[in-house]
Amino acid sequence: MSLASESRGTIGTAPRRDEPLWPYFGLGVFLGALFIKSEVASWFRIQEMFRFDAVHMYGVIGSAVVVAAGGVALLKALGLRDAGGRPIEFPSFDTTRVRPNHLLGGTAFGLGWGLIGACPGPLYALLGSGLPVMGVGLLAALAGAWTYGWLKPRLPH
Amino acid sequence: MEFLRQPWPWWVAGPLIGLVVPAVYWYSGRVWGISSSLRHLCAATLPAGLDYFRYDWKATGSWHLSMVLGVVAGGFLGGRVLGRPDDVVAIHADTRSALQAMGVQDFAGMLPADLFSLASLSTPAGLVLVVGGGFLVGFGARWAGGCTSGHAISGLASLQRSSLAAVVGFFVGGLLSAHLLLPLLLGATGGGP
Repeated sequence: MSLASESRGTIGTAPRRDEPLWPYFGLGVFLGALFIKSEVASWFRIQEMFRFDAVHMYGVIGSAVVVAAGGVALLKALGLRDAGGRPIEFPSFDTTRVRPNHLLGGTAFGLGWGLIGACPGPLYALLGSGLPVMGVGLLAALAGAWTYGWLKPRLPH
Repeated sequence: MEFLRQPWPWWVAGPLIGLVVPAVYWYSGRVWGISSSLRHLCAATLPAGLDYFRYDWKATGSWHLSMVLGVVAGGFLGGRVLGRPDDVVAIHADTRSALQAMGVQDFAGMLPADLFSLASLSTPAGLVLVVGGGFLVGFGARWAGGCTSGHAISGLASLQRSSLAAVVGFFVGGLLSAHLLLPLLLGATGGGP
């Protein structure tokens, strides 16, 4: 997969060099506090989710998907453009295909999620909450991302 | 302000996270996701001539990197200003007893300190949980092209088949870890306490 095709899904469209970055920092502060206070950053909650013992994590993720889908549908229905005046490009059911990397990479991610009990966002938040051991977890995640970049040509996609 | 110090219920937190997706689309036309920041950090520090890291990370990644720096600060806000490090997470009694049966003793805070600490990194279990788990999270998220934010939330919200496949993978892996690897790692026999 070329960078150009992947950039639609994971890197973001249309790079802009001159935009202010503080709104993204502010969004991050909001999310970091949210990850901790909603306990989605909790290893205990992740174990509870994979043991199907409570609705908590399913409630968070499920209601997030419903609200996000409603918001995206509204943006589409109103034909809104982004703040820079460009039409918004949404990836959709029709433009995405299932490939081996989604299932294989997803399973590798899930194995890790069940062990460390935190996905990337919560890893950053836990580090900030004063858990230096999660700095080691984050470095390991970076090593994982780097190793993927190294092995990418030899992995199924 | 007292309500901010309590745990935030899922029906508050979920919709707030969900709103981020259309807000980021509307503000910048971008797809919200967090794990791309791992790629940008690699590209910025150790590209090593690899194709995957050969791109203008400042142009495409500055927003991600600004956001995750904010997440670290927000973690401090949530964990130290609006909460205390030893606040107990009110998990279900069944989860608690299952974890106790595996030998988990410390239920204070976001994660069990008996398994997650700098000192525990010298134990096999601590090393696998933190370093092995972290490595797989980073490796798998990039292989799948996204993590919980990009696939499970942004992706499912726009009905992407690839994201549904990734989320199925997340659960297959997570179930294997929670029900097979974790008991093996913690040396539990599968019986009661």
